[in-house]
Amino acid sequence: MERTKRTFIYPLFERFWHWSQAALIVVLGLTGFEIHGSYRLFGFGNAVSIHNTAAILLLILVAFTIFWHFTTGQWKQYVPTTKNLGAVIRYYAVGIFKHEPHPVRRTRYAKLNPLQKLVYLGFKLMIFPVLATTGLLYMFSNQLGVPISPVAFLHALGAFVLLSFFIVHLYIVLTTGRTPLTYLKPMITGWEELEEDESAAPTPAPEPSAD
Amino acid sequence: MKSRNAPIFILIGIGCLLLGIGLLVGAQPAAAAAPAIVPSQGVAQGSTADHSQFEVLKGPFGTGPEVTAACLTCHTEAAQQIMRTTHWTWEQKVGEQLLGKNHVINNFCIALASNEPRCTSCHIGYGYKDATFDFTKETNVDCLVCHDTTGTYKKFPTGAGHPTYEAREFPVGSGKMWNPPDLALVAQNVGKTSRATCGACHFSGGGGDAVKHGDLDTSLTNPSRELDVHMGVDGLNFTCATCHTAVDHYIAGGRYVMQAKDTRGIDVPGRDDQSRASCESCHGLAPHTTDAKLNDHVERVACETCHIPAFARGDQPTKMWWDWSAAGRMNAEGKPFKVKNDEGYDIYDSQKGEFIWERNVVPEYVWFNGEIEYTVVGTQIDPTKRVVINALHGSAADDRSRIWPVKAFRARQPYDPKTNLLIVPNLFPNSPEDKEAYWRSFDWIAASRTGMETVNQPFSGEVAFVDSIMYWPQVHMVAPKEKALECEACHSPNGRLAALTDFYMPGRLQHEGLNTFGTLLVGIVLLGVFGHGTLRLISRKNGKKS
Repeated sequence: MERTKRTFIYPLFERFWHWSQAALIVVLGLTGFEIHGSYRLFGFGNAVSIHNTAAILLLILVAFTIFWHFTTGQWKQYVPTTKNLGAVIRYYAVGIFKHEPHPVRRTRYAKLNPLQKLVYLGFKLMIFPVLATTGLLYMFSNQLGVPISPVAFLHALGAFVLLSFFIVHLYIVLTTGRTPLTYLKPMITGWEELEEDESAAPTPAPEPSAD
Repeated sequence: MKSRNAPIFILIGIGCLLLGIGLLVGAQPAAAAAPAIVPSQGVAQGSTADHSQFEVLKGPFGTGPEVTAACLTCHTEAAQQIMRTTHWTWEQKVGEQLLGKNHVINNFCIALASNEPRCTSCHIGYGYKDATFDFTKETNVDCLVCHDTTGTYKKFPTGAGHPTYEAREFPVGSGKMWNPPDLALVAQNVGKTSRATCGACHFSGGGGDAVKHGDLDTSLTNPSRELDVHMGVDGLNFTCATCHTAVDHYIAGGRYVMQAKDTRGIDVPGRDDQSRASCESCHGLAPHTTDAKLNDHVERVACETCHIPAFARGDQPTKMWWDWSAAGRMNAEGKPFKVKNDEGYDIYDSQKGEFIWERNVVPEYVWFNGEIEYTVVGTQIDPTKRVVINALHGSAADDRSRIWPVKAFRARQPYDPKTNLLIVPNLFPNSPEDKEAYWRSFDWIAASRTGMETVNQPFSGEVAFVDSIMYWPQVHMVAPKEKALECEACHSPNGRLAALTDFYMPGRLQHEGLNTFGTLLVGIVLLGVFGHGTLRLISRKNGKKS
């Protein structure tokens, strides 16, 4: 057994952001696919109202979150790297079945492994902007004179991709820890048991590129 | 002392001023309330004349035209005004097509020519019994049918526009007696038109109450607000003329030239045409105050589409199907007969064929830009297809179009298989000598020969039957707003607009390729996740064993 240390990894805002974003995305997904026509749940009119409200709330949240990322320097967590990327992919494809340890140790200065960096960055720079832009075009299609068919197409396409991300995210978070709570709890309390890693912490300035 | 108290007085002064203003403002509504209008006794509301005081109206009158002559002594221009309207001419040039009751064919009683005395019981004149009718004679105008307020004046069903002048039974053998109206009494009690006077003809389109329109029948004579939010006697109590505004007896709003999309909004005196025969004339172009998204619909969806959730919502069912090819069967005694349904409506009549009646009918929906193309007398048809009697033009791609609710009336009617012309049959026996009329002869060939002769069309001597459809845009029986359609009535797979596939609408699960891709993607991800998880479980067990 390696030595672990209780580490404060997720500050309050980050947890607030994560969970409110999660809740809004779940609501948007449930109402969005109803608006698309996949099933009936709230009734079309209610679904539209809820979806639009949740969308505006998410945009506000994201505006604050972008501000937070830049003022705290946390945006650097998402700078992609190829270092160890192959190793992480190999781990999920092969190593995990052989009970090998995860090839990348997480620290409070590098919360994300290289694969996560890439996927989350993709979410932030590709999926979210597509959904937000098409969503706004959809919302104001009459005023802008935009044909809704292609807008709705791209919006729904983005939603399918996001749904796939959501499934994989849940799978990894809830099943690859020692217990389902291993990765869940830190996102609630902010504290996580991390392997001690003295070399990775050049105090005081956090530098994600340190490893 | 003086200077010390000054600020207090100023404050009290300002306080009194504010209080005074408050009282004035508060009192304003009561002061501005208009006094209730109480009509003077014996005079129709809004009139400055008591017609019972006019010598010329004392009578006695022998016929309708005599009354008209009396009316014209004061209302010198009225007959000429009437004569310029389609109520009189039954003729209207629309684009290249000459329309009007004189020229169109429908799929109810089919056509006017050779059947005049029956059909013209709804002409606004006296004596239109055949094509020789004098359209220029002023005393041929019937003032009373529109301006009667007694409810006792009725045109006799087969009287070519005249009331009966002696007690007569109609239908013959029914025991239902029609008594002659007291023309002097009616003349002395003329007034504005009412739902009853307009309805005397318009509620009975197609030959009987509720037959034709779907949104017009006698339940609108005294409707509830629930049936018609505008005309409801327990609500706004509008008459027809409240919206169908009239100038010089020309009445706004008609079926040959329809305004599918009113882009002017509320009618302003001096700017617009003063026609209130569109929803927007009063409600404007952004009528919804609680949900802005609803106003986004106005451009592409007619108000009626959501606000008329069903037609034939009143006391009467409307006719939905008429099969002329079934006419002519005789009973065991060799006599024509009728079959009635449980409610007493004819579902079979040897003279007319088979019918289907329906209530609370969900409309069909079409794109409509106001242009209508009619199949008229002489139009070549394609008998291999259902003949569209009045094709409503429009599409999603056409900005002038909106989605409209219609009563789609389907029928099977006679045509000439050699010439591919719809047949104008002589149905009604115009005279005792008229032996060819179908309702007497039950012989399609004879009836078709005389009918087609009357309209100067060729007839090969053969009669076949073809399916046809006619569209009736629904505009009346507007329900109160709480009864308007919910979003998902249309915004759902297989909703009310399922037949309109030429545009994208949220809620219909459109973009089939995307849905296939999305389902596959999510399916593969789920499979991957389960597969991955299962493999991990297996490997863990194996690990433990070893």
